[in-house]
Amino acid sequence: MRTIRAAAAGAVVMSLALAATACGGGSSTDGEGSNDAPKTLTYWASNQGASIEIDKKVLQPELDKFEKETGIEVKLEVVPWSDLLNRILTATTSGQGPDVLNIGNTWSASLQATGALLPWNEANFAKIGGRDRFVESALGSTGAEGQDPAAVPLYSMAYALYYNKEIFADAGIAKPPATWAELVADGKKIQAKGKQVIGAEGANLSENIHHVFTFAKQHGADFFTKDGKPDFTSDGVVAAVKQYVDLMAKDKAIPVGNAEYAQNQSVSDFAKGKTAMLLWQSASANLKSQGMSDDAYGIAPVPVQSGTPGAGEQVNSMVAGINLAVFKNTDNVDGATKFVKFMTSDAEQKILNTAYSSIPPVAAAQSDAAFNTPATVVLKDTLAKSAAALPQVADESQFETAVGTAVKELFAEAAAGRPVTTESVKARLEKAQQQMPAA
Amino acid sequence: MTTTIERGRPGTRPVKAAPANRRPGRIRRIGLPYLLLLPALVLELLVHLVPMVIGIVMSFKVLTQFYIRDWGSAPWAGLDNYSLSVDFNAPVGEALLHSFFVTVAFTLLSVALCWLIGTAAAIFMQDTFRGRGLLRALFLVPYALPVYAAVITWVFMFQHDNGLVNHVLHDQLGLTDKPSFWLIGDNSFYALLTVSVWKGWPFAFLIVMAGLQNIPRELYEAAALDGAGIWQQIRRITLPSLSPVNQVLVLVLFLWTFNDFNTPYVLFGRAAPEAADLISVHIYQASFVTWNFGAGSAMSVLLLLFLLAVTGVYLAVTSRGRRPADA
Amino acid sequence: MPDLSTTPVARNSPMAPPRSFLWSRWIFLTLLTGFVLLPVYVMVSSSLKPLADVTGQFRWLPSELTIRPYIDIWSTVPLARYFVNSLIVAGAATVCSVVIAVFSAYAVSRYSFRGKRVFTVTVLSTQMFPGILFLLPLFLLYVNIGNATGIALFGSRGGLILTYLTFSLPFSIWMLIGYFDSVPRDLDEAALVDGCGPLGALFRVVVPAAIPGIVAVAVYAFMTAWGEVLFASVMTNETTRTLAVGLQGYSTLNDVYWNQIMAASLVVSVPVVAGFLLLQRYLVAGLTAGAVK
Repeated sequence: MRTIRAAAAGAVVMSLALAATACGGGSSTDGEGSNDAPKTLTYWASNQGASIEIDKKVLQPELDKFEKETGIEVKLEVVPWSDLLNRILTATTSGQGPDVLNIGNTWSASLQATGALLPWNEANFAKIGGRDRFVESALGSTGAEGQDPAAVPLYSMAYALYYNKEIFADAGIAKPPATWAELVADGKKIQAKGKQVIGAEGANLSENIHHVFTFAKQHGADFFTKDGKPDFTSDGVVAAVKQYVDLMAKDKAIPVGNAEYAQNQSVSDFAKGKTAMLLWQSASANLKSQGMSDDAYGIAPVPVQSGTPGAGEQVNSMVAGINLAVFKNTDNVDGATKFVKFMTSDAEQKILNTAYSSIPPVAAAQSDAAFNTPATVVLKDTLAKSAAALPQVADESQFETAVGTAVKELFAEAAAGRPVTTESVKARLEKAQQQMPAA
Repeated sequence: MTTTIERGRPGTRPVKAAPANRRPGRIRRIGLPYLLLLPALVLELLVHLVPMVIGIVMSFKVLTQFYIRDWGSAPWAGLDNYSLSVDFNAPVGEALLHSFFVTVAFTLLSVALCWLIGTAAAIFMQDTFRGRGLLRALFLVPYALPVYAAVITWVFMFQHDNGLVNHVLHDQLGLTDKPSFWLIGDNSFYALLTVSVWKGWPFAFLIVMAGLQNIPRELYEAAALDGAGIWQQIRRITLPSLSPVNQVLVLVLFLWTFNDFNTPYVLFGRAAPEAADLISVHIYQASFVTWNFGAGSAMSVLLLLFLLAVTGVYLAVTSRGRRPADA
Repeated sequence: MPDLSTTPVARNSPMAPPRSFLWSRWIFLTLLTGFVLLPVYVMVSSSLKPLADVTGQFRWLPSELTIRPYIDIWSTVPLARYFVNSLIVAGAATVCSVVIAVFSAYAVSRYSFRGKRVFTVTVLSTQMFPGILFLLPLFLLYVNIGNATGIALFGSRGGLILTYLTFSLPFSIWMLIGYFDSVPRDLDEAALVDGCGPLGALFRVVVPAAIPGIVAVAVYAFMTAWGEVLFASVMTNETTRTLAVGLQGYSTLNDVYWNQIMAASLVVSVPVVAGFLLLQRYLVAGLTAGAVK
C-alpha cells in the first residue's frame, strides 16, 4: 500500500511540475508586435464564397499581387466557419496564431476584450489612409464604444427582402411589402396559391439573433442597457421576439419545417421557388450558384412597422460584415499593417466585394458601377440609413448563444403546435438572461 | 514520441547479436518492466494527466474572454465556478443538472440497447447458416464509417420536410397525422438514441461474438442431454459464461457513450435541443461557445468525479465473488 | 452451471434448433439488417442523385442517375489531401499505439513489480476524462512544448498522432494484458531457456501467439483515430486537416451538398471497410481472450 501511495504521489508531483512548466511558458502570448519576420505573413480568411476552394481562387491572385508589390509572402488559410471561432480562441490563449485574420464583425467587442488584437488607434489608422475612408455604420461594428477599434471593416452586408417575382405576380401582389402587416396580408394571398410565404433559419442561433435584434430596435428596445448590462425581459424585447416567432406561430408565414433549418436550407428553398420571400444578407451570388437567375427575384428593404426604413425605430437590418484584424503579437507588424492597407485599398475592395456580392465598407469604392445595380443600391441604402450594429459588448458571444437558443426553442414549440404567448417568451428570455455572466 | 519508441527497440538488438549464453543482470531484470511501461506512462502523463491537472487548476480560475490570453495570471475564483455549477436553483446549475439527467438516461438506454442487440445478434449468429459471413460483414459497416459521415446521413434522414423517416412514417405508412420533428423538440432524444445505437451496437456484437467462441462446446452438449432446449441453454450456459466479457463491455460502452461528443455535435450543432442536451456538448458550449473556460473546467471535473465513483462502485459490485480484476 | 459429471460421450451433432428459435432468428436478423442497411442505402442512392433530388422531397429511387457528385467531390474540397492526412494520422497512431501497448501489456502480464496496480488503474482511469476537459490544456501544452523545444506539435500531424494514440492506448493495453495472459507461460520460459532475452521471448513467442489480439487492438486504435472530430478541428490547419473535419466542407455557406457528402463518405469508407472486412477473421478470434481475461 505504501508503494502505491508513493507512486501516486510521484505521478502527481511530476504532473504538477509539467503543468507548472506549461503555465510558465506563456510568455510568448504577452509579446507585443515585432518585425522579426518581415518577409512572411499568415492570413486566416473566413469562408465567403461557395466553397473553400473557390475562396482560394478568389484570394490567391490578390495575395500574389501583394507579394509583387511588397515582397511579403502571405500564407493563406481559409478557415471554415465551423472552426473559425475555436481556432481564434485557441490562438488567443496560446499566442500561436496568424498575423492577420478575418473575424465576424459581431465578434469584435468580445475579441477586443481578450486584448489579443491590435487596436486601431489614430496612428495605425493613419498608416492605412485614415479612419475617414470607411463608412460610419461599418465602423460601428468594430469594437466597444469609446475604445479604439479592434479591427477594420473588410466586407459589409445588410439584410434585404428577396422576393420571387413570379409568385408575387401569380398571387396578384403588385409591390413587395413595406410593413409587417402587409407582409402577413400578402402571405395569405401567396398561401392561397399553394406556396410558402417566407423562409427562416429557426435553428441557426446567429440568424435568430440578427432578426430579433432588428425587431427589438423596431420596438424601441435594446438587449443591453446603456452601460452594457443584459436586459432581455423588457416589454419591447419580449414583444419583438414574440413578433418574430409569431411569423410562424400565429401568422403561419414561416413554414413550420423551417424551425429546424440551420444550414441555409431556406436559401435553397427560395432558389427553388418553394418560398416566396427570404430575409437574407447579400444572397445574390448564393442564389446564382443555385441556378436562380438574377431577374427571377426582386430585392426590397426589409419591412419595418411604419413602412419607411430609417434610423431609430425604423431600423431594418443589423450591420453585417467581416472585419480584418491583426494579432498584437505578430512578428511582422509593419507587414500586417501594409496588408490591411492593401486589402482595404479602393482597387482591392472593388475586386473582393464584387466577388463576394458584398458592399465595400470603403466609401470611395462604393461609387464604382459594380455597386450601383438595383440590388446593391438597396443594400447600400440600408447600410447607410437604416442599419444598426449589434450590441458592442464583451459578452456578445454569450448573448448570441443564450438568446439565440431561446428563440430556437420557441420556434421548436411553435412548430410542435404549442402556443407561444407573451409569458412563455418572457420566461425563455428570463432564463437566457440568467445564464449571462454576472459581471 | 518517436524517441520513446526507439528507446524500446534497440533493446532487442543485443538479443540477436548474442543469442547464446546471455544472463540478464539482476538490475536489468528489475528495471525491465518499468522500462517497458515507460513509453505508455510518459504518453499518458503528457496527453492525459498533465492536461487534466491544468484543467483542474483552470476550474479554480476566472477564465473568461478577459483573461484567456494570459491565463496564468487570471485571478483565482476559489470555488465560484463550482458553486455556480452546482447551484441547482439558478439557471446555470439547473441546466447542468437537466443535462446530467438527460445524459444518464440516454447513456443507460443506449448501452442497454447496444448490449441487447449486440448479444442477441451474436447468439443468433453462433451457428452457421447460409449468408452468415455476409451478414457479419454488413453488421460491421456502421462501426467502420467515419463518425461524421454516419451521423450526417442520419441528419439527412431525420429532416422534417424532406427526410426519409418522415417520408416513411407519415407519407407512406400514415402513422402520424403530421410530419414529426426529429432534430428539434422532444423527439430529438430518440433521434440521438437511434443514431447512437446504430453506431454502437456492432462493437458489442464483436466483443460478445468473440466471447461466445470461448464457451466450451461440451457445456451445451451436456445441457442438451439434460433435456434443456435451446432457449434454456442460452439462459443457463451462454449468458452466465459471458459475464466476464459483459463486465468489461458494459463499462467501456458506458464510459464512451457518456463522454461521446462527436455524435450529438454533428447531429445538432453547437446548441443541442433541451431534450437531447448531452453533458459533453453542454460543457463544450459553456467553455468554447460562451467563453467561460473556468466554469467549463469545473463542470468537467464534477463529471470526472461522478464517472470515477460510478466505475469504482461498478467494479466493486461486479467483481464480487470473482477473483479481483487485475486491471 | 450444468452438472458435468453426468456427461457421457459427446454426441456428434448438437440438437437441431426448434422452430421458435429459427423464426425468432429470422425475424430478428431481418429487422436488424434493415436497420443497419437503411442509412447505407440512403448514402449510396443519394450519392447518385443530382443535387435537386437530395434537397427536395425524399425519394427512394433517383429521378436520374448521375455520377456527377463523384466528380465534384474532388474539387469542392481537397478530399484527396484530407484522405491522405487521415491515413497517415490514423495509421501512425495505430502503429505506435499497438507497439507501446504490446510492451506495457507484456510487462504487466509477465512480471510482478511494485506499482503494477497503480499503473493499470491510472491508465484505465484516463478513459473517464471528458475530452472537453483537456482540449484546451492539451493545446496549451503542445504550444509550450513547441516554444521550448522547437518541436511543432500543434497544427502538425505529429501532435494529432500523439493525441490519438493515447486515446486508444488504455483499452489496447487492457485487452492485450488479457491476451498475453492466455498465452501459456511455458512457451516463453522455453524461449528464455533457449537463450532468448525477455524481449526476444516477447517478439518470437508471445507476439506471434497473440497476433489476433494485436490485430483487434490495431483495428480499434485505427477507428478511434479515424473518426475523431473535436481535437482535429482545433489542432489541424489547412494542410494537415483530416477527413473527419474535412468532410464538413461540403456543407458550405451556400448549400449543403448532400449528394457530395454521401459520395465522399462512401469513397473514403470503401478502403477502410474493405480492410476491415479482410481483417475481421482475426478480429473475431482476437477480441476473445482479451475481453475475457
